[in-house]
Amino acid sequence: MRINLDFGAILERWPAFLSGAILTLELAVIATVFGTVIGVLGAIARRSDNPVATRVAALYVETIRNTPLLVQIFLVYFGLASLGVKFPAFTVAAAALTINVGAYTTEIIRAGFDAVPKGQLEAAEGLALSRWQIYWHVVMLPAIEKVYPALTSQFVLLMLASSVTSQISAEELTAVANYIQSDTYRAFETYILVAIAYVVLSLVMRAGFWALGLALFPRRRRLGTPL
Amino acid sequence: MQQNAASGAGSAVVSLREVHKSFGPLKVLDGVTFDVARGEVLTIIGRSGSGKSTALRCIDRFETIDAGQIEVCGHKVHDPGLDLRALRQDVGIVFQSYNLFPHLTIEENIVLAPSSVKRIPKAQARKEARAVLAQVGLEDKLHHYPEQLSGGQQQRAAIARSLAMRPKVMLFDEVTSALDPELTGEVLKVIEALAQDGMTMVMVTHEMGFARSIADRVVFMHRGKVHESGTATILTAPTTPELAQFIGTGL
Ligand SMILES: Nc1ncnc2c1ncn2[C@@H]1O[C@H](COP(=O)(O)OP(=O)(O)OP(=O)(O)O)[C@@H](O)[C@H]1O
Ligand SMILES: [Mg+2]
Repeated sequence: MRINLDFGAILERWPAFLSGAILTLELAVIATVFGTVIGVLGAIARRSDNPVATRVAALYVETIRNTPLLVQIFLVYFGLASLGVKFPAFTVAAAALTINVGAYTTEIIRAGFDAVPKGQLEAAEGLALSRWQIYWHVVMLPAIEKVYPALTSQFVLLMLASSVTSQISAEELTAVANYIQSDTYRAFETYILVAIAYVVLSLVMRAGFWALGLALFPRRRRLGTPL
Repeated sequence: MQQNAASGAGSAVVSLREVHKSFGPLKVLDGVTFDVARGEVLTIIGRSGSGKSTALRCIDRFETIDAGQIEVCGHKVHDPGLDLRALRQDVGIVFQSYNLFPHLTIEENIVLAPSSVKRIPKAQARKEARAVLAQVGLEDKLHHYPEQLSGGQQQRAAIARSLAMRPKVMLFDEVTSALDPELTGEVLKVIEALAQDGMTMVMVTHEMGFARSIADRVVFMHRGKVHESGTATILTAPTTPELAQFIGTGL
């Protein structure tokens, strides 16, 4: 058996690959930023004394965690369409990915919040800090520092999972690959290249999280010890 | 402010009246009454589980009480409509586990509450942080992180953090129990200096020698009640057999 590989025709299409990769990265960054915001708010809601907030957050998290991403994407896509509003595929993809990762982030950040020792919260209360000041100054950063590796993995996973948004024709990396392979009849070569591109994107994201971590956690930067 | 604080319960800064508190079926405070006057140092002693920490925590509303009255610097602590944050600006509390915020430097730990609660400008808050750190002998640790300090140093930093809010009364709950004898001494020295400066203090302690030397008054708690109280002389001449036995065990 011989495998005959020819990358020539595919490599010619590098600008298309590049724009697909950039779009994938854009989706990942958008979902990371807004997913983190949702995750923080969701975690606060899950821990609040307000039973409505707690239940809404729990319902959201469980719904997302127990349905496939592709179905969620279709729900957002056709849901918006049935309302008569037409959004670009990219916007729909970004929204669906954000909603998806927001749920996982809620659970991760909640674990981080729970890991902050109760004594520190009491000390903060004893200093007359308000509930929100305590979240902001005492809980947030140590919590995120503790779960930072889990968050990093989750967002990298999301970037990889964004390939299913090719199903609604978001012009990201996988969609570009689908198009190129049907054009060139070089499917195997195309997906080898795409796999390599995803590895590079993963590394780029991990490097980005590492650098962000240095900026966010000055104690860690100076002492190098875990919290 | 000062007159205001004194009003209400005569000259008492802290006053507990017939305070009752249960955790489920467990009666922890069974009619506790005591007063702390301005500038006075009151120490609370007693066996483990006798309700010392609970009594102290009720003063700063970390526990709500079932019956009775607590008045602290003019705040009616038993009142459900209490302005909790106003109370806690007047009361400093230090726990056995120092509870410094690990992600912040000592300076940041100290500056946090004055700048975000009292809205004191950062520059001034930093200046005051230096002053309170000098007070506990840690000027050189300003830019260290808590984990870089020994236990005794962390506890002194925690005391400094409370002092930076300029409280009218300080509460200490066995602040030296987690420390070696050596480190205990340096923390007690700081507390002693505070007492000499006229700070009103309530401290739960197992350090009998220290209680004897620093306390204006001693409260001995037994089974959720103030079983015996008086000047520090009760530690050398107890009148109840329970206190005599408690002291006799050397605790
Ligand atoms: N949050 C709580 N829930 C239930 N029980 C509690 C709670 N806090 C304290 N207790 C119980 O109340 C009793 C008194 O506790 P407290 O901490 O006031 O004792 P203490 O005199 O400070 O003892 P120690 O010297 O061991 O610190 C104990 O039996 C304790 O188990
Ligand atoms: Mg105790």
